[in-house]
Amino acid sequence: MQRPAWRRLIGFNLLGGLVLAGVGFVLGWLLGTLISNLAGAHATDAGAANWFIDQSDENDIALLLAYTFGLVGWLGGLGFLNYPLARIAGRPPSVPPEDTGTGMGRYFRMNTNHKVVGIQYLVVVLALFFIGGLNAMLIRAELLQPTPWLWQPDRYLTLVGLHGTMMLMIMSAGVLGPFGNYLVPIMVGSRGMAFPRIESLSFWLTPAAGVVLLSTLFLGGYQTGWTGYAPLADQSRLGMDAYLVAFTLIGLSMVLVGINLITTIVNMRAPGMTWTRLPIFCWGVLSTGILMVLSPLTFAAALFMVALDRTSATNFFISAVGGSPYLYENLFWFFGHPEVYILALPGFGIVLELMTVFARKPLFGYRLAVAAMLGVAILSFMVWQHHLFVSGINATLRPFYMLTTELISIPTGFVFLVAIGTLWRGRIQLAVPMLFCLAFLFNFLIGGVSGVFVSDVPSDVSLHGSYFVLAHFHYTIMGGLVFAFFGGIYYWFPKMTGYLLNDRLAKVHFWGMFLGFNGTFLPLFAAGLLDMPRRVITYNVNLQGLNDFASISAFVLGLSMLVFLVNFVYSWVVTRVPAVGNLWGSRSVEWMLPSPPPVTTWEASPVFVSGPYEYGVAGAPAMANLAGQERNP
Amino acid sequence: MEEQRTNRNHFVRVGVIWLGATLVLEAGLFFWLGPNMPPFQASAQASEQANTNTLLTGLAIPVMLLVWVFVVYSIVVFRRKGEGDGPTIRGHYRTQVAWVVSSAVIVLFLAGYGSYVLMISAYGVGGGQGSDPAAVPAGQTMEVQVIAQEWGFTYRYPTFGGVETQQLVLPVGQLIELHVTSLDVIHSFWAYEIGVKADANPGQDNIAFAKPAEVAPFQIRCAELCGVWHGYMFGTGQVVSQSDFATWIATQQSANAPATAQLPPYAHVYLPVPAQVRGG
Repeated sequence: MQRPAWRRLIGFNLLGGLVLAGVGFVLGWLLGTLISNLAGAHATDAGAANWFIDQSDENDIALLLAYTFGLVGWLGGLGFLNYPLARIAGRPPSVPPEDTGTGMGRYFRMNTNHKVVGIQYLVVVLALFFIGGLNAMLIRAELLQPTPWLWQPDRYLTLVGLHGTMMLMIMSAGVLGPFGNYLVPIMVGSRGMAFPRIESLSFWLTPAAGVVLLSTLFLGGYQTGWTGYAPLADQSRLGMDAYLVAFTLIGLSMVLVGINLITTIVNMRAPGMTWTRLPIFCWGVLSTGILMVLSPLTFAAALFMVALDRTSATNFFISAVGGSPYLYENLFWFFGHPEVYILALPGFGIVLELMTVFARKPLFGYRLAVAAMLGVAILSFMVWQHHLFVSGINATLRPFYMLTTELISIPTGFVFLVAIGTLWRGRIQLAVPMLFCLAFLFNFLIGGVSGVFVSDVPSDVSLHGSYFVLAHFHYTIMGGLVFAFFGGIYYWFPKMTGYLLNDRLAKVHFWGMFLGFNGTFLPLFAAGLLDMPRRVITYNVNLQGLNDFASISAFVLGLSMLVFLVNFVYSWVVTRVPAVGNLWGSRSVEWMLPSPPPVTTWEASPVFVSGPYEYGVAGAPAMANLAGQERNP
Repeated sequence: MEEQRTNRNHFVRVGVIWLGATLVLEAGLFFWLGPNMPPFQASAQASEQANTNTLLTGLAIPVMLLVWVFVVYSIVVFRRKGEGDGPTIRGHYRTQVAWVVSSAVIVLFLAGYGSYVLMISAYGVGGGQGSDPAAVPAGQTMEVQVIAQEWGFTYRYPTFGGVETQQLVLPVGQLIELHVTSLDVIHSFWAYEIGVKADANPGQDNIAFAKPAEVAPFQIRCAELCGVWHGYMFGTGQVVSQSDFATWIATQQSANAPATAQLPPYAHVYLPVPAQVRGG
């Protein structure tokens, strides 16, 4: 029996989460105010005692408790507490391990179906990605002039910090959220993820982190950039707390995603899915998962220490009373460098996965590709002090970090060999996803080679902290991961939604993005070589030509993103052209299923009888035996 | 057999294109970009940085072109016509070994050469080496302290009575020992033309060496985000002749004598914090 519409809105869903989050926020704020008044630890008193810590009359304790209680309300309202509370009370589990609900409502509540979570992730990741991109447009608009004309310096730095933080936070889950959750269980032949409730939890932390981060706009922002270096962060005003909480939430989400995906790939593989038949995308996800489990908690600890410095004057990072700014830098980059490979590795996976389909050839050097990803993952933990070459810390260790950093280019180079070998003498089709993969090769090579420049200390002394570094990591993250991400969207969107994207708009998007991107960041290499430090609102007049060219190209890039957005919404909501059959002629198992796959992917477990890349092999059987399934694709 | 020959022809063509493009770009690097490579030649350190940039560019050209030529050639030549899949090539042992070995050789050479320049031949190449530098040049150095605070740099000359100045003036040809520190948050002292970059950490002494070679002004910028007015933390330093420097520092000493008397004694770090600290 269908209940009336208004009645269905009440319950454990998005609305309930929002209401309880608001209630929790207010309660936390009141409690924090009470505590700080009772303990005399109000920031004003701290300011009187220690000129260094936040001299304003702002109450960090109240705000941090408000966020914490708000988060508990948010998760409680969404229903995450029902299951543990029911089990504690001795009642049967209230949340099914696999949700088979249908209809729009399932996207707005805690849902344990991996396909629902994949779609939820896709929409939220894109929404936050576009907010981060809008910040970039505002930054580039400001830099049309060598002196401030659009923003005050504090607003400008808030935009810089928001852009960096939002992009780093959201693109950490950019591939593993939507594609990892949606596709990995299908690819390994499982019905879902190993831990479905944790899967849903990792998703619902993501929009919370986005909203918390954006709330900094109402709190005066933060002027530390995405690195949040202490002691500057100790000194910053109330908006800093939003950064601390948001990044902690994403860190937790990353750990949960990582554990879940590793377990799924290791333990949930169907019969016949051997390690050498595992699609290379899953290897990318697996190596990323290792980084996601091991690195973010170090950073969460550092953020917690900053929060304690700010609220309780613990002075972890204040030299004058025994702390050290090096401590923060070390903890941050111990996370921060694996983080950039968390961003890069899924891109490798997507590109190599798609390249076989559009070159109609087996992957060249499958084992080498696996070695590349695992090698990058392991080495990425040994390089973090290359961010601190001129900081004066452990100066005699610089040759070691120079060596480890340059060693990373060996496994990274494998990826290029695998790609070239796969393309060589193939039957190449320039479909839109393939265009993005080829652009990835072009961009990521520039990003990788410029990385060798900044890894070499004699060059890095000049390039460190300059626009050269900025251009370098945009070439790896934007030119690498984001191109692979969009390639993945064009490739898998029809599979995930059942609808086709408009091909002509897709091509417009690709060329606008490719030309706009390169037009933006190639000149910025030159700006960095010619003495332009990062995160400045002023620059030398002689660099205006380069900056204007970069800004105008950035607007082209932004417009191409609008084209994508129009295409995405229009194709999904308005035209709804059904995607029928195996669109790209892929051998991978997800393309043996209807689009979108049924709510329960398999009636019986599939049996894998062949590899995913047997292109051109006469008489190769389909990858999986779906006999025993009641449906045919 | 036929197939093998076409395959070899493809390789020959790729090789010729790659070699030609490499030669053209290397010539451009050698005759034009190399001599004009930032950050130019105004100090021994900047020269080393520029030379390393040139060396790395010279190595990058053949590597990048190898990938691009292969990829573009494949896109142009190996297009799908009609149905059908490509040949089943799952790998090629010798190619893979050659790729691994050659990339390892390049990388080990770069790390070795970079370490040699950094630690032995160029004394830290102008980078901050902390309070106990490992790569110290021989010869008489002149100590100059850089004090960063939100949002500006000041300079102290310990050999000239510890006078503190608003402007950085250095004598040409003199080996300078810069001691960089901060009074509040992390800054980074970047003197672009003389090739120095050293983070300014509160409570830490960060030493960098520089030897200016040209009488010219140089740009100073803060290279580490340090708060709201980070973008305004810049200035211009001067490299002047030895005699001009002697005149200038004498003027500074006499003009700033009352202020110098009020300053705390010269030290490598300053910890300006009130006596009463919470919990301390």
